[in-house]
Amino acid sequence: MYSEKVMEHFQNPRNVGEIENADGVGEIGNPVCGDIMKLYIKVNDNRITDAKFKTFGCGAAIATSSMVTELVKGKTLEEAEKISRNTVAEALDGLPPVKMHCSNLAADALRKAIEDYRSKRKPKD
Amino acid sequence: MRKVYLDYSATTPLRPEVLKAMLPYIGSRFGNASSIHGFGREAKVALEGAREKVAEIIHAASSEVFFTSGGTESNNLAIKGTAFANRKKGKHIITSEIEHHAVLESCKFLEKEGFEVTYLPVDSQGLVDPDDLKKAIRDDTTLVSIMHVNNEVGSIQPVEELCAIAKDKGAYFHSDAVQSVGKIRVDVQTSNVDMLSMSGHKIYGPKGVGALYVRKGVRITPWTHGGHHERSRRAGTENVPGIVGFARALELMNQELEDRREQMKNLTETFYRRLVQSIPDVVLYGDSDKRIPNILSLSFKGVEGESVILSLDLKGVAVASGSACTSGTLEPSHVLSAMGVPPEVAQGAVRFSFGRDNSMDDVKYVLSLLPEIVQRLRSISPLYAQKQQRQSK
Repeated sequence: MYSEKVMEHFQNPRNVGEIENADGVGEIGNPVCGDIMKLYIKVNDNRITDAKFKTFGCGAAIATSSMVTELVKGKTLEEAEKISRNTVAEALDGLPPVKMHCSNLAADALRKAIEDYRSKRKPKD
Repeated sequence: MRKVYLDYSATTPLRPEVLKAMLPYIGSRFGNASSIHGFGREAKVALEGAREKVAEIIHAASSEVFFTSGGTESNNLAIKGTAFANRKKGKHIITSEIEHHAVLESCKFLEKEGFEVTYLPVDSQGLVDPDDLKKAIRDDTTLVSIMHVNNEVGSIQPVEELCAIAKDKGAYFHSDAVQSVGKIRVDVQTSNVDMLSMSGHKIYGPKGVGALYVRKGVRITPWTHGGHHERSRRAGTENVPGIVGFARALELMNQELEDRREQMKNLTETFYRRLVQSIPDVVLYGDSDKRIPNILSLSFKGVEGESVILSLDLKGVAVASGSACTSGTLEPSHVLSAMGVPPEVAQGAVRFSFGRDNSMDDVKYVLSLLPEIVQRLRSISPLYAQKQQRQSK
């Protein structure tokens, strides 16, 4: 069912953990659908210098979370925002159709983390 | 790599004695049981012999046993067949929330055809309360269908009591006995049920064959039309090898019932006892008194089911899960939800179902893998706070 890359990321996920005082946090998913992802980013000079994740979910959920943290490190926020559900899935050599929603979640978690970062930086009136 | 199969409730391997019984009918005795020549008669003898065997085991008459393509077809025929045959009397059916999808989907189909279906709730142990049936049953109820043993958690329903309530009100009582027949005593005389579904591949018999017991006098509309096979209740050239295999499988299960029960009890009790010693925050589903001894369904809090199955599969161990990710829908198991299990806990459910080929070595092997698997997944999960440091070795 899963590609070798997905299995690799499932067995050896990268960047598992939390970032204390993260610059942006994106949480996505809900218990009913069975996947919850929490993505933490550290931003310096408009660039994502660190990313960590915690995920409750299936093999694809863990693999896509892991992959998304690998993809964003070192990217500018604008570059990171371009990372789509398909980017993540392709980087993993594809996902079974029924699991594509996991790559959606990973991309959405990233988007939320960036949004969170931007909203924190908005000057208060 | 060592392989351990712990998914016997999903399906079972064909046992050697069953294969031996089937072979002649796959080989030289291939006749159509309806043919009047020698080839046909030979097949007919085997067919009726199998029928008698099954009838004897469940204490029914031969004429009350009908062969089908399996549990799903038997359930469909029982529910749709009686609903349609008795629709002038009434159009109300009662079932439970934890039935197998073959029953639930048949009921949903009936609802679209203008029938009314009441789905009885279950308690936290997965059991139907007979009082709920008493309250729900009406004069226009024609059928009550409650499974004997649930396939996900193994809970055993009080079938005799429920059946009595149904018959008292003049309704038929059907029970999906796919997970019970051959594992606990199933007797249509003492339980007084009107219909019972059975399946071959759950009892070390072949896939694609099952049976439906229908008490004499029960009005049932056939669902598969064609020839006059199975006393005109179910058309189609009989799968003689499958049927012969099914009967032999059931015969053996029945002979070994007590020993098998002891074996299962021993394996699951040891497994669970040792498991909770090495892994905290485990939720067990189903009351051990009212649960079939070969099924163990539990959740590891904070961890999702498919990720556990995948981890075990990497080590050669096969189990099942009721999580959304494995069911193809996005919702957790309907059985666990009906039992009131919160979604994030239900998503962590894993089912270990034991069978005749399992040994204590299998138990030890799986127990050696699980703590690390669960620990690792918990460390990745945002839902599980590590309450303590890794256990010192």
